[in-house]
Amino acid sequence: MSDKHTVTVTVTVNGQVYTGDCEPRMTLADFLRHECGLTGTHLGCEHGVCGACTVLLDDVAARSCLTFAVQADGARITTVEGLAEGEQLNTLQKSFQEHHGLQCGFCTSGMLMCATELLRENPNPTETEVREGISGVLCRCTGYDSIVKSVMAAAGDQRDAVSEAGSAR
Amino acid sequence: MKPPPFEYRSAHDSTETVELLTEYGDDAKILAGGQSLVPLMNFRMARPSVLIDINQTQDMTGIREDDGHLVIGAMARQRVLERDPTAGVAVPLLPAALAHTGHTTNRNRGTFGGSLAHADPAAELPALLVAMGGELTVKGPSGTRIVPAEDFFLAPLTTTLAYNEILVSARLPRLPSGTGTAVEELARRHGDFAIVSVMAAVHLDSNGRADLVRLAAGGVDSTPIRLHEAESVLSGGTLDETSIDAAATAAADASHPVDDVHGTASYRRDMVRVLVARAIRSAIANR
Ligand SMILES: Cc1cc2nc3c(=O)[nH]c(=O)nc-3n(C[C@H](O)[C@H](O)[C@H](O)COP(=O)(O)OP(=O)(O)OC[C@H]3O[C@@H](n4cnc5c(N)ncnc54)[C@H](O)[C@@H]3O)c2cc1C
Ligand code: FES
Ligand code: FES
Repeated sequence: MSDKHTVTVTVTVNGQVYTGDCEPRMTLADFLRHECGLTGTHLGCEHGVCGACTVLLDDVAARSCLTFAVQADGARITTVEGLAEGEQLNTLQKSFQEHHGLQCGFCTSGMLMCATELLRENPNPTETEVREGISGVLCRCTGYDSIVKSVMAAAGDQRDAVSEAGSAR
Repeated sequence: MKPPPFEYRSAHDSTETVELLTEYGDDAKILAGGQSLVPLMNFRMARPSVLIDINQTQDMTGIREDDGHLVIGAMARQRVLERDPTAGVAVPLLPAALAHTGHTTNRNRGTFGGSLAHADPAAELPALLVAMGGELTVKGPSGTRIVPAEDFFLAPLTTTLAYNEILVSARLPRLPSGTGTAVEELARRHGDFAIVSVMAAVHLDSNGRADLVRLAAGGVDSTPIRLHEAESVLSGGTLDETSIDAAATAAADASHPVDDVHGTASYRRDMVRVLVARAIRSAIANR
């Protein structure tokens, strides 16, 4: 920590280390967007209601507008930029593309990060569980139906991939 | 909306937190999960000049059983508590109430103690503590004191905590096996704050008479309220439609809600009547 008014923060985002100086009041969301240049994390409300800013903080989904960057010092963060495998969209992202899980795309990074945690913890969710799982992220475009379909389909694709890998062995 | 500037300190344990609170005085605030405090700061409804972050402390996270009680550390994350097998068996109201407490992402960060210290009159955990007759352990410069839940909450966002005191844990009596519990909540949307919430626990003796009745409501007064009159209507009796109706009416009479954008006072009072009856019936069915 430098002085009372600035702090030095080091975070590992999507496997890459970033260090920056900021005021303690800088949110993790602003740090990711302004210091790391990762603008995939969106800010809708900046008071914890819309979920657009959701990232994985040490693997746990968290609203980056309600966490200060200084609190994430030393942490491992995954943002939407970290989901694709190289140039290839991952299963969940592909599913959003195929099932029209986005229109304007503003909520999408939050939806994807939230759904990533959901599917990791519950690979066979019911539709109700998906709806509850993503209830913390607001979408003003889709009416949620296509998002729920995308997440359900991604769960199915993940299951298929697992059983194919199993039978290939 | 960005929060106003503040000085940041990270405390190593509850003792250092109390020392820092004492050093900085009234202008300092504890930062736990940040799910309530940071929005308040962004709205400039709170302007602490110092934040004392307790996320790195290790001495307030435990969830354990102790002599017929469940003891929950203030820094237990709500999501961890929701899925803790010991807690779910000792007090089945806990997972049920937490399922209504915001969204998963809020519960990932939000803490048990933060919700209690924040003291929103519509919040689930404070109502649960009041229903269960829980006790809160508060640490200050001269040691710890125990505060019964009904004395802890004073007004909306106001508790008995002094500026240099920290909530370290709370104790809930373990419910005897065979106790039926229910949480009934009316909210606009899943995860929203309750318009009215009701917590109920009921145990029947071998003759079918109620030997344990716990009822509390949130969102209907400036603090969560224990529904003592409704409990007395039911205690010692067999629970039939007549006594359940009488208890629901007593609960509605004990409520003092106000009008706001989410509903009028009279609507809320009506909902207390409906939800108390529903909660008692489902608690009996859930035994
Ligand atoms: C979108 C959204 C929806 C929500 N919905 C609900 C809901 O339906 N029901 C509900 O109950 N809550 C809801 N919440 C609030 C959430 O549950 C918070 O987690 C909780 O109110 C505060 O816990 P926290 O750990 O985040 O505390 P913080 O926000 O960090 O702190 C809250 C207050 O408590 C003080 N404090 C924290 N810990 C301690 C301690 N150990 N000792 C003394 N003081 C302490 C702080 O100084 C601050 O004044 C919601 C929040 C959001 C953003
Ligand atoms: S920007 Fe963080 S929840 Fe809306
Ligand atoms: S796609 Fe536009 S807000 Fe969800």
